[in-house]
Amino acid sequence: MITEHALDAATIGTWMREIESVIRAERDHLVQLDAAIGDGDHGTNMLRGFEAVVQALGADSGSPPGRLLVLAGRTLVSSVGGASGPLWGSALRSGGRVLGEQATFEGPELVEVLAAALASVKDLGAATPGDKTMVDALEPAVDTLRERVAAGAPLAIALDEACAAAEAGGRATIPMQARKGRASYLGERSIGHQDPGATSTGLILRALQRAVATGS
Amino acid sequence: MAVETKVRKFLNDPALVVKESLAGLAAAHLDLLRYDAQQQIVVRKGAPKQGKVALVSGGGSGHEPLHGGFVGLGMLDAACPGEVFTSPVPDQMLAATRAVDGGAGVVHIVKNYTGDVLNFKMAAEEAADAGIKVEAVVIDDDVAVQDSLYTAGRRGVGATVLAEKIAGAAAERGDGLAQVTGFVKRVNERSRSFGVALSSCIPPASGKAIFDLPEGQIELGIGIHGEPGRRRTTLGGASEVVDVMVEAVLSDLKPSRGAKVLVFLNGMGGTPLLELYLLYGEADRKLRAAGVEPVRNLVGSYITSLEMAGASLTVLELDDQMTALWDAPVHTPALRWGA
Repeated sequence: MITEHALDAATIGTWMREIESVIRAERDHLVQLDAAIGDGDHGTNMLRGFEAVVQALGADSGSPPGRLLVLAGRTLVSSVGGASGPLWGSALRSGGRVLGEQATFEGPELVEVLAAALASVKDLGAATPGDKTMVDALEPAVDTLRERVAAGAPLAIALDEACAAAEAGGRATIPMQARKGRASYLGERSIGHQDPGATSTGLILRALQRAVATGS
Repeated sequence: MAVETKVRKFLNDPALVVKESLAGLAAAHLDLLRYDAQQQIVVRKGAPKQGKVALVSGGGSGHEPLHGGFVGLGMLDAACPGEVFTSPVPDQMLAATRAVDGGAGVVHIVKNYTGDVLNFKMAAEEAADAGIKVEAVVIDDDVAVQDSLYTAGRRGVGATVLAEKIAGAAAERGDGLAQVTGFVKRVNERSRSFGVALSSCIPPASGKAIFDLPEGQIELGIGIHGEPGRRRTTLGGASEVVDVMVEAVLSDLKPSRGAKVLVFLNGMGGTPLLELYLLYGEADRKLRAAGVEPVRNLVGSYITSLEMAGASLTVLELDDQMTALWDAPVHTPALRWGA
């Protein structure tokens, strides 16, 4: 097994800045996806939230990575609104609590962080795979990451495969009929459109991959 | 940020539309309410009132006068407006709850949308931690949403206004938390709504219509966020449209024969009163023909979807108590009688 650098508070800071930057770049795309089956504000809301997160983390000095994730989650809950705010907010808070006060963490702990995030999203949103939601991207990513890390794959490669699984999961929402969230009101008319929440989930995980790569 | 001058809306900065509008609401109604810009909440003047059950509602903006326009005597004690079509955040709801709690408890009136439900749930938990008694009731009267098991459930639409008025009157006369909560539930259980649209709306942030509706087409079963309806068809005469609305509402409500009902004919923001009264006339006639008796009504644009052209029909099967509470005095920016 290749010895890897540990992940730390800087990784979390970079991850959040990477999310802000990719959501900014993809905002209009997310808005378009949401306009097709929702109300067209997903990109705007997520950008407002992660701008606030970057600002909040910038004002923090010296907190361990777990506390930074909890702070990021709390900030999302307080700034996003809609369904995305509580869902991603709870996800990051639950993930952060896994890390407690430790200053560094490694691949297997990152798996637990993301697994806790997924569990809280499923608990709060009551969505299961196939409902055409962010779960359709997040669950395959967590499964893939867990499997590859357990098999001893280098974290960068395991994360790349997890991101690919999330993106494939996002594309797989196209033929689905939505059963949760605002898109569900469209019934069969939700078929044929990619879910915006599953799409932004793919972007958020790619941002994590870049943040982890940056640290090495 | 550069102002998008091509958008035909009265804006300074699209990002500030909600805050600037709320400041204007407060400037216009200093006698009724105040706007807390820091928390982004609208609070009834004189709140909290010791011993009175308080009513708090909120949701995305873009549905004016809902909810800020219903803050005042006999209706809401506070409103928490989110960004346009986006649920407010728990901080706002908690601040509103704290601002109006007079020790008798606070009722949260929540429209059934995933975001509203999640954010209000978080706020209620925090309020309970702070020792405030909170009861939340979720409004879900929209019959256009079928297969509730396979969706986020029926949306909260017109019944929200009726519940706020009736339960608000109950709180004003001194009813306790359980009774006031009971009235919100009763109004929700005995109301059904159905909406139609002739155009999309244009959110200020994007400046673009959410959906295209070709001329001569109508969306049936729309919500209040510019989300397309379940079905699109050729626009017939107003009488045919009202046939669809009345049939959808009555077949689900199943009122008792000869039931006395309140008919709420609501405009979505872009349909003039000229047409709304025409629709009301059709609805009144068809409801009587179907064996129910409209004894109260509300006609106008009270729960809107920005500038969407369209209308919704809500029918509430009344009982004597609800009728008396509907008739009780109300004084808010958007509804006023008897006071």
